[in-house]
Amino acid sequence: MRAGLRSADFRREREASWRRLEGLVARVERGGLRALGGDELARLPALYRAALSSLSVARAISLDRNVVEYLEALCARAYCCVYGTKRHLREVAREFVAERFPRTVRRYWREVALAVALLVAGTGLGLALVTRDPELYWSLVPDSIAQSRDPASTTEELRDILYDRVGWKQALVTFATFLFTHNAQVGIFSFALGFLAGVPVVLLALWNGVILGAMGAVHHERGLGADFWGWVLPHGVPELSAIALCGGAGFVIARSLVFPGRHGRLESLALRGRDAGVLVVGAIGMLFVAGLIEGIFRQTVHSMGARYALVAAGTLAEVLYFGWAGRGR
Amino acid sequence: MKALRDPFEGNVGAALQREVVTPEGVPLLWSVATVGDRAVAFVIDLALVIASFAGLWLVAVAAVFAGSTDWWLPFVLLGLFLIRNTYFTFFELRWQGATPGKRIVGLRVLDRRGGPLRADAVVARNLTRELETFLPLTVLLAPAQVWSDAVPGWVKGLTGLWLAVAALLPLFSRDRLRIGDLVAGTLVVTRPRVALLADLAESRPARHEFTAGQLRAYGEYELHVLEDVLRAERTPEHRRTIAAVAAKVREKIGWGESVADDEVFLADFYAAERAHLERGMLLGKRRADKHA
Repeated sequence: MRAGLRSADFRREREASWRRLEGLVARVERGGLRALGGDELARLPALYRAALSSLSVARAISLDRNVVEYLEALCARAYCCVYGTKRHLREVAREFVAERFPRTVRRYWREVALAVALLVAGTGLGLALVTRDPELYWSLVPDSIAQSRDPASTTEELRDILYDRVGWKQALVTFATFLFTHNAQVGIFSFALGFLAGVPVVLLALWNGVILGAMGAVHHERGLGADFWGWVLPHGVPELSAIALCGGAGFVIARSLVFPGRHGRLESLALRGRDAGVLVVGAIGMLFVAGLIEGIFRQTVHSMGARYALVAAGTLAEVLYFGWAGRGR
Repeated sequence: MKALRDPFEGNVGAALQREVVTPEGVPLLWSVATVGDRAVAFVIDLALVIASFAGLWLVAVAAVFAGSTDWWLPFVLLGLFLIRNTYFTFFELRWQGATPGKRIVGLRVLDRRGGPLRADAVVARNLTRELETFLPLTVLLAPAQVWSDAVPGWVKGLTGLWLAVAALLPLFSRDRLRIGDLVAGTLVVTRPRVALLADLAESRPARHEFTAGQLRAYGEYELHVLEDVLRAERTPEHRRTIAAVAAKVREKIGWGESVADDEVFLADFYAAERAHLERGMLLGKRRADKHA
C-alpha cells in the first residue's frame, strides 16, 4: 500500500458502486429494463450519475488509463439503459394521436397545403385531358387501379362496380387490404423521396391526382359523375389527405435540405426529419381507416345519400381534428 | 519507449471516435460502428424478416390445402406489410436502440445530440429503409419489378447510380451515417466493453525509490505505454520486452544500482511516476509526454 496515490484511494472508495452499476447494466442488456426489480430500477439513475461524476473526477485526477477507459465504457453502457427508449407503447400512441400528430400537421401546414394543391391540380389535369381525349386514359391509369374500368366499358359495367353488384365481396376486402398496404408503401416512399430535393414528391402527388381525375372523366362521360364521387370520396377523404400528408412530409425533408435556415443542413434535417416521420406514421393510420371504409362500408352501404353523409362527416372530422386537437396545454 | 506501441494505433485503424454530451453535461466518447459490423447486423435482421415472411406464407399455403376460402389473404397482406415496416422500429423501441442483429453484433442507436432516444427518431430512421435498402435490393434481385421494359437505359443507369449512392452512403458520410440517421439525427455506435483490472500501483510495498529529478524524465504518454507493457500477456517474448524497457528506463533516469527483477522495478517505477504526474495534475500541471 502506498501513500499519496489519490487515484488509488479514489478507486477504492467508489469501486463498489461501479460494480453494482455494472451488474445492473449487464442484466438490462440481456433482459431489458424489465429484468430489474422496482428497487433496482429506482437505483439505476443514481448509480449512473455517480459513475458519470466518477468519470469526470477520474479524467481530472487519475492517470490509470484502465480505470478511465472502464468508467468511460461503463457510463456509455449505463447511458444506453437510462436514456434508451423506455416509455410504454400505449402511452406513446395516445400522445401521438391526441397531440403530436395534429400539432405537427398544423406546424407544417404550408408543405401539406402545397401537396394538396398539387393533388387538386393533378385531378383537374386528369379530368381535362381525358374529357378532351379519352384515348389518353390508357396511358394515364395503370390496370391495377382501373379494375377493368375504361372508356370502352359500358355504362352498366361501370355502375355495377360502383354499387358492387359484381358479387365478389371477399375479393374486394382483399383488394382493399392490398390497396392499403400499397398506398402506405407509397406514402413511406414519398417521405424517403424527399431526399431528392422533393422533385419526385411533386410528380407523385400530381400523378395520384391525374389518375383520380382521369377515372372521374370516364364516369362523367356516362352521366355517372355523382355516383363515382360518392363511391370514391368516403374513403377518398382520408386516403387523399394521407397522400397529401406524405407528400407534405417529403417537402419537409426537401425544404430542410434545400433551405436549411438557421441551422446547418445536417442539423436541420435531424430536427425536421422526425416531424416528417410523424406525418407519415399518422398518414398510415389514416390510410388504414380509408381501407376499412373501402373494404366494409362501401360494400354494405349503397345509398348515395349515406355515402355523401360519410364524406361530409369525414371532412368535418378532419377539419376539427387537424384544426383543434392538441391545442392549448 | 515510443517505438514499442503507438497508443492511438487501435483508435485510428479500427474505430472512429465521436463525442456525445450527456444531459448531465459530461462528454462520453463512443466508437462509431464500422460499416462491416452494421452490414452484418443488417444481414441478420434481413434474414429474420425473410424467415418470418416465409413463415407467414407457409401458414397461408397450409390454409389453402386445408380447404379454407380466401378470407385469410387480407391478414397475410397486412402481416407482410407490418413485418416489413415495423420490424426494425419495434425492436429498436423495445430493446434500447438495438434490433436482434445489432444486439448480436453489439451495436446501439444513439441520439446524436445526447439525451433519450425518442420514438419519433426511431420511426424516422427506419421509414427510409424502403428507399435505401429494400428498393436497391429489389433492383439487384428483380429489376423487372422496378423498371418496366419501356424504361430507357440511361434512366436505369441514373436511377441505379442514385440508388447505389443512397444505399452506400455510410461509406462516404461523416460518422458513417445512412440516410435514416441523417433524417432522424441518430448515430450507430459499438457497445463498449472494458473490464476493470487490478490497479498496478496498489499491489505491494515499493522496493525502489526514485527522486523527483528521475521522475521528471517522462510524461503521461510514456506512463500509459508503460501501463500497457505491464498489463500485457505474459509470454517469453514479453519477458524480453520487459527487460528491454527496464534497461531503457534505467539509462534514461540514470539508475546506478543493480536490479533484481526487471518487472518489479518497472512496476515500482510506474507507481512512482504515476504518483508524481498525478500530483502535478492536482496543481493543474499536466505533462503530455517527455518532450513537453
